[in-house]
Amino acid sequence: MDKQKKEPLIHITKRKMISKKSEWAIRLGSIVIALIVCAIITTITTHLNPFAVYASMWEGSFGTERKIWSLLKELSILLMISVALAPAFKMKFWNLGGGGQTMAGVLATAACMITMAGKIPNGLLIFISFVSALCAGALWAFIPAFCKAKWNTNETLFTLMMNYVATQLVAYYIIIWESPKGSGKIGIINSISEAGWLPVIGGKQYLLVVISAVIVTVFMYIYLRYTKHGYELSVVGESQNTAKYVGINVGKVIVRTLILTGLICGFVGWLLVAGTDHTMTTTIEGGRGFLGVMVAWLAHFNPIGMVLSGLLLVFMSRGAGEISTAFGLNKSFGDILTGIILFFVIGSEFFINYQIHFRKSHRKEAADV
Amino acid sequence: MFSLVTFIPRAIVQSIPLLLGCVGETLNEKSGSLNLGIPGVMYVGAISGVIGSFMYENSATNFNPVIGLIIPIFACMLGSLMMGLIFCFLTVTLRANQNVTGLAMTTFGVGFGNFFGGSIIKLTGAEVPSIALSATSKAFKTALPFAGKAGVVGEVLLSYSFMTYVAIAIALITHYVLKRTRTGLELRAVGENPATADAAGININRYKYFSICIGCMIAGIGGLYYVLDYASGVWSNDAFGDRGWLAIALVIFSIWRPNWAIWESMLFGGLYILYLYIPTGTNFAVKEIYKMFPYIVTIIVLIAISIKNRHENQPPEALGLPYFREDR
Repeated sequence: MDKQKKEPLIHITKRKMISKKSEWAIRLGSIVIALIVCAIITTITTHLNPFAVYASMWEGSFGTERKIWSLLKELSILLMISVALAPAFKMKFWNLGGGGQTMAGVLATAACMITMAGKIPNGLLIFISFVSALCAGALWAFIPAFCKAKWNTNETLFTLMMNYVATQLVAYYIIIWESPKGSGKIGIINSISEAGWLPVIGGKQYLLVVISAVIVTVFMYIYLRYTKHGYELSVVGESQNTAKYVGINVGKVIVRTLILTGLICGFVGWLLVAGTDHTMTTTIEGGRGFLGVMVAWLAHFNPIGMVLSGLLLVFMSRGAGEISTAFGLNKSFGDILTGIILFFVIGSEFFINYQIHFRKSHRKEAADV
Repeated sequence: MFSLVTFIPRAIVQSIPLLLGCVGETLNEKSGSLNLGIPGVMYVGAISGVIGSFMYENSATNFNPVIGLIIPIFACMLGSLMMGLIFCFLTVTLRANQNVTGLAMTTFGVGFGNFFGGSIIKLTGAEVPSIALSATSKAFKTALPFAGKAGVVGEVLLSYSFMTYVAIAIALITHYVLKRTRTGLELRAVGENPATADAAGININRYKYFSICIGCMIAGIGGLYYVLDYASGVWSNDAFGDRGWLAIALVIFSIWRPNWAIWESMLFGGLYILYLYIPTGTNFAVKEIYKMFPYIVTIIVLIAISIKNRHENQPPEALGLPYFREDR
């Protein structure tokens, strides 16, 4: 009986509650540590003064009014995709296909603008492209959702594959519609007639996108927080068995939520083509489907929190563009820094969710008794 | 003219990076870790090997092919091991979400590859216009000596570099270990139901760490193969493309069986370059549709195995879930 039990040095338990204050302190701390690590790596690899690099990143994001507007536009687009993905994640449906769903919307919008320009009134064209973009996005999300609901097909892998199908479809149509012929790309669509282009509001080119993002984010916040649908999908996410027991049709909730995701992603695709870029490329989505996953997850699927996590990622990518021109660095340097910051923030979640207990020394324990 | 004798070797050379990526990812997934960082790992593996051999080629006065082979392979494994450790530490020790960690790793890895690929010349101050590792690549492409004399059979079966055969051997060994050894059985148990495996006295974390790290190193070698063999030692940014994702698709297509992946990677490799061989005339658009085939095929397989719902064809049951012993 006297035999001493071996106690592990570290013992980990799940935290029951953590105050908002310490939660944010841990998160901010992780970002600060990440920035220090990034600074060290910057100095080692490029022999530049890291503070000059950070200053230039700040300059690249907030330097001029034009830069702030493009930052806002980038943030809005990314935010809408993240917000679209959030309800599915809350349901533990890992939709990695936000990019593909956006591309479906892009393709539908471009198809309408190219084939119908000049044949129908402009207002009608905008309306038709809007509806078809939403339908295309919804369809792209519906297919994996249906298979998940019906046969429990692995949605992570399915939606991932759907991205490339969409990208290749876009690549196919780019060659079909290429202009000028043989260039392998679509120039600005309807550059003279501006048919199907969204009107510019208040003289600011990106104001419309920003307003849309605000509306979508607020809508999703209310949808998740205060509606029956939002409640149902959080029950499904917590436990499918509980959901079945209380009479929620799990398959229906999955399909319905994913259609909502697809609608928003299709909407983003519509905004990208008709509102900002007025062209279609295979990279127009720019990896935002994946970035959106991280933004949504970092904010714990809270639409308002996503504004902050989205801002962090957009700031990094805008800043990376600036340092690449200012210091003659490769643009990919920003991806390295973003990756490092993400590692730290992802790692910090552990300290929010779990508590570490170190082994107390036995002498102290004996004194306590 | 479509000629099988020229088509098959090119398809096979194309398939090896996919095969290695797939074997690596299969090892990851068998331990219950859906590692979406594999595309990034392959980039890091490739660029680490390139950096290693670049330094050797530029510093060595007379190039020794054996050392010229060992250095890039060692550097590549080291680089991909680092990536594997990052993934393990975050998802196994810190129990972070695997999808998010994996995507962050891909962002990091692709950026890492493109940054060093783009600036290695500037950073080292060497007086060469591009990264072309011709000597290392030549050593890499050492083929069997009698392949040229064996006619069509020689060209289709024997004309490849030794790495090609090593890759196929790796796939077969992985299959054997997973299917026929106690270690493999225990590893699969970890991926299917970690709580049960834990109760049976299996050290979950150790299995996860080892399988993820070894898997990442195998995948990294795939990236190196692409640069030094397929691309003849010329690194160009983003040339590797979406092959990492294709490797993840291949895992599903091979239904988590590395031995099947050998043939199927060749099929994928063939589909990837099929458009070069099919006379489409001026219709370039069709080739984009051909490139879609691997993904469509994967989706069909994914749906088919979920409809048939046979246990041995399913993804590992705990795929994507972190394990915490005190979670019940």
